[in-house]
Amino acid sequence: MKALTLARRELTGYLYSPIAYVIGAGFLLLTAGWFFLNLRIGGEASLRPLFDGMAVLMVLAVPLLTMGLLSKEYDSGTIETLMTSPVTDTQVIMGKFFGVLVFYLALLATTLVFLGLMLAYGRPDMGVAAMGYIGMILLGSAYLSVGIFASTLTRHQIVAAIVAIAILAFFVVLMGFVVGLGIRPWADLAAKLNAMTYFRDFSRGVFDSRGLVYFVSATALFLFLSVKTLESRRWR
Amino acid sequence: MIDVKHLTKWYSRVLAVDDISFHVDKGMIVGFLGPNGAGKSTTLKILTSYLPATSGKVAIAGHDVLEDSLEVRRNIGYMPEAVPLYPEMRVRELLMFRAAMRDIPARDRKTAVDRAVERCWLNKPKDMTRRRVGELSRGYKQRVGLAESLLHNPPVLILDEPTIGLDPNQIRAMRELIQELGQDHTIILSSHILAEVEQTCNHIIVIAGGQIVADGTPESLQKQVSGPSQVLAELRGAESAKMVKAIEALEGIHKVEASAIGGWTRLMIECDGKSDRRAEIYRMVAEKGWQLRELRHTVGSLEDFFVQVTYKQNMQAAGRLAQ
Repeated sequence: MKALTLARRELTGYLYSPIAYVIGAGFLLLTAGWFFLNLRIGGEASLRPLFDGMAVLMVLAVPLLTMGLLSKEYDSGTIETLMTSPVTDTQVIMGKFFGVLVFYLALLATTLVFLGLMLAYGRPDMGVAAMGYIGMILLGSAYLSVGIFASTLTRHQIVAAIVAIAILAFFVVLMGFVVGLGIRPWADLAAKLNAMTYFRDFSRGVFDSRGLVYFVSATALFLFLSVKTLESRRWR
Repeated sequence: MIDVKHLTKWYSRVLAVDDISFHVDKGMIVGFLGPNGAGKSTTLKILTSYLPATSGKVAIAGHDVLEDSLEVRRNIGYMPEAVPLYPEMRVRELLMFRAAMRDIPARDRKTAVDRAVERCWLNKPKDMTRRRVGELSRGYKQRVGLAESLLHNPPVLILDEPTIGLDPNQIRAMRELIQELGQDHTIILSSHILAEVEQTCNHIIVIAGGQIVADGTPESLQKQVSGPSQVLAELRGAESAKMVKAIEALEGIHKVEASAIGGWTRLMIECDGKSDRRAEIYRMVAEKGWQLRELRHTVGSLEDFFVQVTYKQNMQAAGRLAQ
């Protein structure tokens, strides 16, 4: 229950924050650019390139959303009033997670405009669209938990954003690059770690339980690490 | 209500609190007095279970701060020194949020917030509850911080420098509020201003260099800390060496120092223990036929003591830096 109270406060924080609007607008603009570019080149009524593009774009957008979650509390000292209330570290992290998740979902919902456009001018596969959005939610949860983890590490928001981008780029960009190099056995290992390997199944409209396990475990792992880092601040 | 035993805190290689023990009974208003960097805030943070101690035991309302931290947090209201608040929230919204975090049932939250708002004059003379926290002045922010700590009506209030940054009127109002709150809460507050603690608290703990250097009621502390009694006399009518010799010959005189002041001789006469030798000095001066224009008894004040303590701590810190 307290996690939900915290989530609500976090969400209100986003609504008052100009940064959130800037990120939202930037994300929507870039996504729109990407969408129309693909439409001109490919001319296909598919959302797949859009989803793949968004998955990469989120590597930059999510850390900007999550960077302040804990860092700002450390920096302004509000962490002190928060942690001296009867609230557990897990409740704090889950509250932050749910708060930013709702904002992320709202951001994602804005891209439904593109689906609407496609419906108006063509016949997109609604199954693919639904699976793509499920994939975006799973991938988003994992990204957000990485971002929260980075934010528990430092009082500097910029450092938190850079750390999160580095971790995400490792799993999304670097692993994809290593797969592309094709040197075995590294390429096989990289394919297993690469977030895009799993996400592309969803964006193609295929449900694969390995993808579900990958994203859910990544979310759980980084949320767990966040709780532990928050806990450890008391002992330093 | 608060029991601290052999509390020690190291920040990596810096010793912030050095084996302190004290006890606070229910209903007391305790002032934690010390120069900046004495270890006051660290001790308060340990009491709130925000920071763990390196060693020692702290219990609040019978609950150990380490083993039963959630229960300790339910029993305290805490206002940190910087009064950290969320600037984007409106005052009422913030207090409602804190009330929820403080386990106040949804149906009672409005009443709890209204009560805290009234107690901390957030609705007088102007209603500030709809203002955004970021727009408030330092004084109002302080009141919001205090209101936050009062929401759940905790038995123990821990206030870190509650009057810092306030103007004289606000300081007086805060002092009165703290005294009023002392009727139903046990309060421990920190300050580096002696006068403030003397006026607000019924018990003072002086801390310097991480150690407790004095502990008691303002009156008992005054007795504890006052040095040997001194008499100041200004005389004329003989050579100063002769005067010093004559007074030193009196019973119960420890030391006499003379200085010239515009044709008069000023004598600082240190008496044995706490004795006051003005009568004997006067009699002797009259017998000798010297002129006397001032005869005053002085004892070391709490302020002198506090200045000394601060000075010593600063010297030690300077010594450490020099090493």
